[in-house]
Amino acid sequence: MSIDTKTAARVAKLARIKVDEADLTALAQEFTNILGFIEQLNEVNVDGIEPMTSVTPQRLFRRDDVVNDGNQQKAVLHNAPDAREGFFAVPMVVE
Amino acid sequence: MSELMKLKLAEARDALRAGQITSVELTDASLKAIDASKPLNAFVHDTSEIARAQAVAADERLLAGDAPNMCGLPIGIKDLFCTNGVPTQAASAILGGFKPQYESTVTEKLFNDGAVMVGKLNMDEFAMGSSNETSVYGNAINPWKVDERDLTPGGSSGGSAAAVAAETCLAATGTDTGGSIRQPAAFTGITGIKPTYGRCSRWGIVAFASSLDQAGPVTKDVRDAAIMLEAMAGFDPKDSTSVNLPVPNFEAALTGDIRGKTIGIPKEYRVDGMPDELETLWANGTSMLRDAGAIIKDISLPHTKYALPAYYVIAPAEASSNLARYDGVRFGLRAKLDAGDGITEMYEKTRADGFGAEVKRRIMVGTYVLSAGFYDAYYNRARRVRALIKRDFERVFSDGVDAILTPSTPSSAFGLGEMAAVDPVKMYLFDVFTVTVNLAGLPGISVPAGLDSKGLPLGLQLIGRPWEESELLNTAFALEKSLNFSAKPTQWWL
Repeated sequence: MSIDTKTAARVAKLARIKVDEADLTALAQEFTNILGFIEQLNEVNVDGIEPMTSVTPQRLFRRDDVVNDGNQQKAVLHNAPDAREGFFAVPMVVE
Repeated sequence: MSELMKLKLAEARDALRAGQITSVELTDASLKAIDASKPLNAFVHDTSEIARAQAVAADERLLAGDAPNMCGLPIGIKDLFCTNGVPTQAASAILGGFKPQYESTVTEKLFNDGAVMVGKLNMDEFAMGSSNETSVYGNAINPWKVDERDLTPGGSSGGSAAAVAAETCLAATGTDTGGSIRQPAAFTGITGIKPTYGRCSRWGIVAFASSLDQAGPVTKDVRDAAIMLEAMAGFDPKDSTSVNLPVPNFEAALTGDIRGKTIGIPKEYRVDGMPDELETLWANGTSMLRDAGAIIKDISLPHTKYALPAYYVIAPAEASSNLARYDGVRFGLRAKLDAGDGITEMYEKTRADGFGAEVKRRIMVGTYVLSAGFYDAYYNRARRVRALIKRDFERVFSDGVDAILTPSTPSSAFGLGEMAAVDPVKMYLFDVFTVTVNLAGLPGISVPAGLDSKGLPLGLQLIGRPWEESELLNTAFALEKSLNFSAKPTQWWL
């Protein structure tokens, strides 16, 4: 399958990665190559095979539904690029 | 260089316990060797102060007679492991300045046992790469050198492999999503094991593809791998895929007796363009196991060919989801914004500035295969093929095969930069023998097998049954004894 620049731009948007207009042609070509490689999977007969969801045959275990951590505001905010008054700060989201 | 750095983990442990050396001496020798190995660019974050303090504490424990196996041993830690208060960047610009406020379970276990962290190690960005060329720190360089070219130590655990092969630390942690422990170990003439999925906790290891990622040790030999894996492994309630099974004493399993064990030789691993010398080494390894009393059986793993394409759907899909967290809000980089930029521009510019080309490529491929309209055709199909690959292995194991012998990589190390001009898909092919093991969640180990005509190391891989690392390590131990690989790189960087 050949990927056009419009699709490449849409994927970049979905992935929230800014790609310059000028780079879209090259990106679309890369996608085309990689997806071409992946197309081999169409040769495999997968009728009646369930998609693998778990590597080990075990159900994800659950912990007790109790508070087991907390009161770590300082540690949580320690690495924030912009933290103010105990919150993460971001550009304005709603007017 | 100090003779101390030639020691293996087991030898250093015994010498420490016997009081012949101290951890302070050993750590000092390691830090000096690291300083002298700058040209290899294996170490990327200095933790010498922590190391010296840990060494003093380890010596006290040794004196008190309370010394677990890893106590006092200087090891390197891959930059993918979160280490409390110590820079952890996964070799990415997007985690510039990140200092975790917590410790990964694996490093915590190692430190609780008294291991000494002598530095953080170079790797491919977010463990995405097979040559250590996608690192924000620049290439790590293979200590093996046969001409003027600098060679890749492999990837993604390239720094770990380079550091251990250069004898600047006694062992290192690695992680393996598609071969990232075994391929660098093969390229640098050392040993690396990826345990069964669920054996080591993934908690606090920067996530790439969660259903494939496993931590494991990169060491000088099989005994060291057994010792260090035991220290890293174990159930962890903080990782929901960690499995609650007791961790055996792996070292005690190393008897070298493999009489009556059945070793499978898969015909699908004989690929086009494989160098003759690799075929020869593989055949030699097979005869050695036969001579040691194993039964050799030709086997078929019919879906092998589809492992790489399935991997390059599943791993990017999981990566696109895992790496969504790098948004410029909670940690790491936030791009410089222009007046009027809103939150979407912040995300898009931060991720464009912070991720390297290969990481962006994989995130976007993952986004594509998960997007509406393509999810079934790509992602679900790849997961079905994955189920078939796993079933291939289950069939041969239920037919009585105990372990499978294959080459670790299709060639020896290549020159840095040599793959830059080619299609990324070509680079992906270096994982052809290792990636099946991650898809099936099995344990796999690479041991150095010999040198090719260029004088560069090649590795053989053994694949074991799930949860039977003891048996796998013992088979590898028998193979290692017969192979008797002892070549070391010349220390050109000194």
